[in-house]
Amino acid sequence: MTITLILLALIMVTFVGWLFSQSINVKPWVAETGKTQLPSPVPHFFTAPRVGLMVFLAVVTSVFALSISAYMMRMEMSGDWRSVPEPGLLWLNTASLVLASVVLQIAWRAATHGNRQRLQRFLIMGGVLTIVFVLGQFVVWQQLSAGGYYMATNPANAFFYMLTALHALHLLGGLAAWGRTVARLRGGAGLARVRASVELCTLYWHFLLVVWIAVFGLILAT
Amino acid sequence: MAMAIVLIVLALGSVAFYFFSPWNLTPLASNWGAIDGTIDITFWVTGAVFVAINLFMAVAILRYRYKQHKRAHYQPENKKLEAWLTALTTIGIAALLAPGLFVWGAFVTVPEDAHEVEVIGQQWHWSYRFPGEDGEFGAVRMGLVGNGNFFGVDPEDSRGQDDVLVQSPRVLLPIDRPVKVTLRSRDVLHNFKVPQFRAKMDAIPGQASYFWFTPTKLGEFEAVCAELCGVAHFAMRGRVDVVEQAAFDDWLAEQPTFGDLAAREPGDTEAGAELYVRCVACHGPQGGGQQATNAPRLAGLDAGYLTRQLHNFRDGVRGTHDGDRFGQQMRAFAMSLQGEGDIRDIAAYIETLPIEPARSTITGDAQRGERLYRTCANCHGAQGQGMPAFNAPRLAGMNDWYLVRQLHHFRDGIRGRHPQDIYGSQMVDMAQILVDDSALRDVVAYISSLSEAPTVTGGDQGSEEG
Amino acid sequence: MGEREYDAGSYVPPAEVEEMELVHPKTFIGKYIWSQDAKVIAIQYGITATAIGLVALVLSILMRLQLGFPNSVSLIDPSSYLQYVTMHGMIMVVYLLTALFLGGFGNYLIPLMCGARDMAFPYLNMISYWVYLASVLILVAGFFIPGGSTGAGWTLYPPQAINPGTPGVDGGIILMLVSLAVFIIGFTMGGLNYVVTVLQARTRGMTLMRLPLTVWGIFMATVMALLAFPALLVAALMMLLDRLLGTSFFMPEMLSMGETAQREGGSPLLFQHLFWFFGHPEVYIVALPAFGIVSDLIATHARKNIFGYRMMVWAIIIIGALSFVVWAHHMYVSGMNPYFGFLFATTTLIIAVPTAIKVYNWILTLWRGNIHMTVPMLFAIGFLFTFVNGGLSGLFLGNVTVDVPLSDTYFVVGHFHMVMAVAPILVIFGAIYHWYPKITGRMLNDTLGMIHFWVTFLGTYAIYYPMHFIGLEGVPRRYFAYGETTFISDSVQALNAAITIAAIIVALAQLLFLFNLAWSYFRGRESGPNPWHATTLEWQTPHTPPRHGNFGEELPVVYRWPYDYSVPGAKHDFIPQNVPPEEVER
Repeated sequence: MTITLILLALIMVTFVGWLFSQSINVKPWVAETGKTQLPSPVPHFFTAPRVGLMVFLAVVTSVFALSISAYMMRMEMSGDWRSVPEPGLLWLNTASLVLASVVLQIAWRAATHGNRQRLQRFLIMGGVLTIVFVLGQFVVWQQLSAGGYYMATNPANAFFYMLTALHALHLLGGLAAWGRTVARLRGGAGLARVRASVELCTLYWHFLLVVWIAVFGLILAT
Repeated sequence: MAMAIVLIVLALGSVAFYFFSPWNLTPLASNWGAIDGTIDITFWVTGAVFVAINLFMAVAILRYRYKQHKRAHYQPENKKLEAWLTALTTIGIAALLAPGLFVWGAFVTVPEDAHEVEVIGQQWHWSYRFPGEDGEFGAVRMGLVGNGNFFGVDPEDSRGQDDVLVQSPRVLLPIDRPVKVTLRSRDVLHNFKVPQFRAKMDAIPGQASYFWFTPTKLGEFEAVCAELCGVAHFAMRGRVDVVEQAAFDDWLAEQPTFGDLAAREPGDTEAGAELYVRCVACHGPQGGGQQATNAPRLAGLDAGYLTRQLHNFRDGVRGTHDGDRFGQQMRAFAMSLQGEGDIRDIAAYIETLPIEPARSTITGDAQRGERLYRTCANCHGAQGQGMPAFNAPRLAGMNDWYLVRQLHHFRDGIRGRHPQDIYGSQMVDMAQILVDDSALRDVVAYISSLSEAPTVTGGDQGSEEG
Repeated sequence: MGEREYDAGSYVPPAEVEEMELVHPKTFIGKYIWSQDAKVIAIQYGITATAIGLVALVLSILMRLQLGFPNSVSLIDPSSYLQYVTMHGMIMVVYLLTALFLGGFGNYLIPLMCGARDMAFPYLNMISYWVYLASVLILVAGFFIPGGSTGAGWTLYPPQAINPGTPGVDGGIILMLVSLAVFIIGFTMGGLNYVVTVLQARTRGMTLMRLPLTVWGIFMATVMALLAFPALLVAALMMLLDRLLGTSFFMPEMLSMGETAQREGGSPLLFQHLFWFFGHPEVYIVALPAFGIVSDLIATHARKNIFGYRMMVWAIIIIGALSFVVWAHHMYVSGMNPYFGFLFATTTLIIAVPTAIKVYNWILTLWRGNIHMTVPMLFAIGFLFTFVNGGLSGLFLGNVTVDVPLSDTYFVVGHFHMVMAVAPILVIFGAIYHWYPKITGRMLNDTLGMIHFWVTFLGTYAIYYPMHFIGLEGVPRRYFAYGETTFISDSVQALNAAITIAAIIVALAQLLFLFNLAWSYFRGRESGPNPWHATTLEWQTPHTPPRHGNFGEELPVVYRWPYDYSVPGAKHDFIPQNVPPEEVER
């Protein structure tokens, strides 16, 4: 549980620190006069979709941190752990996910610079690379079960399938949002409207890349 | 107004309830007086806070109840007061926590001179293991359970050969000697709890947990299961008899070791056949049972159950109640058997007899019985085939008139109330769900319809039954 | 769903954050079924949660009948008793309390109290309700499948939960786990809304330190739920894999129906850690909204500002944060490494300090107030009494040594029902009496309300207080019957019968409450916009009940905190949050 606690503590500290800055030295019972122009209580950077994504990422962090904690506790608790071999394909998959992240970053930049063609090209490329990743993961499963590494035979296998499936599911959710964005872009929606979606997709992809590196690292290390 | 009075009455009444209610901690029978001490401290501190807060609230409600031309006082906060209250609370909490942690330190530290016993939980039965002369337990694995190895002791492990195995739910412990209780489970979670000892802990399959205590009072104590373990959780009972050291030593010496049990010869069916001659008159040549002589079918019962019942009859655990006339007859016959070997032989022989379903003599609503049987199926099997692992005999194909009579006996406490008849007492608890005679007949009518069930033999049962 | 149209009037010039476009459907279905209006969604949550809660109430009465009058009802056998125990617990904790506080009160009050037109993501909010409804239906399906719902206890401890022989192991446990997973997905959708709305959609002038404590409580509970529910999700997924695909996450080498099961090495304790990592914050997920709401009830009806507002806010935050590091106090006798006991007893008792401070501040708010003994106030005081009682008995169970003899007895049953069943439910009732006029425009009947309060308050105390004492005697919980024991005194049976009668009376009183809700909707006295003379924004809406969009043309501007009651010098004893200082009547 240590990992989970550390991550949650980080989330909590950020959150509490921000609350503290908002509330320290405030005397809530003092009313303001109506004459002064009241300041906006929310900084401009934080738009609702951005904050929504951040909160959602905190939830996903919690899901993966707990799964990884469970992984490590289960590994320590008994002697039946036999590590899964790592098929070389995993490295290729990782590379395609890294590329997807980079490409989406380029697409985001294109969106901020108003370059519609470039945006469309790189956005689609990012999605395709991700689909390659998910299909690659599927092939890895096939390889493993062909090699006799079934889910029920060992907890290491079970965790491998569970974690990769959980991660792939999150990517598929992201691909749904990506598909909608692409459709809107091709349908001729205004750049300004699409930009927010591209940005959210990109951030989400970066996040899932970090998660994948953590999961992959864990599997390599144990 | 009413609210204030109610608050005062409830607060004081709650405290009075503590002093005057008939329910309180059971009399302590172990060294854990310190646990009772922490409970007392907590009662005093929380009681005082409870009364103080509620009286304050009652006074506030009375004094500051709504008046039309009055205004409430305006005071957003009072830092000094809040700091004081925080500090006082912290001190109070520390006063509760410190003794608790101190006693916990003792609780987790087993004394050097403690002797050991292992308590094994299974659905819905307790058994025990002592480490034997070498003072060490042999390794156990659930995968090894079977073929008479009830505990799953590893036969390769030399430490396990002298382990003393107590398969009955009754165990003896010597007085005034600290004992480390190691807990294991064969299936699901259990919790070995004797309220008078205060200490308790869960038993978890796949790992061992522990606690320790020193029994300080002679006597018989009932152990219950305190962690939900399935349908018969409420009927999972054990017994701890605290005795003098000498009595304990004698008792322990009588119990078989793992080595004894492994070396024990299986029952001799030929000798059993000769012994069975005396049963023929009532139970019939093939053990088919005869209603005319009120003797039930024996064929189809597993050796474990037969051995246990013969012991029960012989030791006066069964067949001594005035309401059980036929049981009294049986007791006379059982006492004519010459001991351990005879009982094993005869049981082994009866197991070889062929099963033919008995004719049904009872009418009842089998459909209603099917729903009632749901509870029975947990131990006796969905087909009534009997499950030796649960100490539950076969029901399918047995004489229905006999089942009805025994269910009556269980329900009315004629059978199963003897303190040493632990499984019988489970049946007493279970038979209570048969609220009337028609329910009883219905469930037996359903059991009669199950007569095609497959046979089951001895399984992993030894023959040391309580 | 029909065509959605964008009403020209729905677009109002920005007041604070960007104005949102609201979907204003014209059809009945669009308005009341597929509605994106947080208020309608709140009512939907409320009705669904109440309906499933009534099922759980009936289950509890069945259990009480068996305990009070053993074997008098032939319907109840040991299997079904355990099924009732399990379903009652899970429904009450997750599907009633969590859903009602966050989905019900959260949806209704957050936008109104923050001065927002609606939730930040109304479409997601709507989906959240339908996913919740699906989870409830999946759960209820368990009653009707062969083998019935699961009887593993609401904690669903493995190996028992998925071991053959346990009631409902064929289908019930699968439906339960799937339903929980679906619930969590639905809740995450709703939870994102509540958090983002509080953070982003507050109206001009509504700083964090001017939020009513109700919003603080619901907000913090949502943050905790978002971080804690994943633990249950992960545990449920792993258990599903164990049950369906034969993995051994939680299943050790063990016997099952007398045979060696094909499992090895799994850890039942791992599940307990995951479960309580969710389970303990869950207690506060239920408690914090109650804390918040009761603060507002007390302040409003005592006509006095809440004492120590800043302390109250920080207590909520500290309780929320600490509740993530106390989970193993549910596992003192679970067989985990006993040295954890030192750590978790300490953290658990530390959490008592901020909780005690909240209690002090509530009663200090009453002190020198001008207390109206309205029905909501009665419920608030009932909460205080019950909560103090339940909180103090928590000091027994949280202190590791004291817990050893008391765990798994009726002391625990008494404690948690007092602190997280009766106390929050009293707040829910108080809140309904308080906000019903805003939701419907009519007052609830006072006489019926008084009867409802007294029967519920006194009745529940009669049910749960004596339970502590039979627990002290050692009576174990989750027992179908007690049979013959040497340590349980005979009078316990008489007490159990008395408790059962009290429970039936309390349950009947709830029917009175339902009648009151229905009757007052048509016949209740007209309430006007602000019957309690309250300061918070929801009472200042131009329409009662508020229309979609909440605040008409212009969003309100906030000048003050929500507790300006009995301000010296002002003409009235309350100043709404949106009244600028120069407009206050002197």
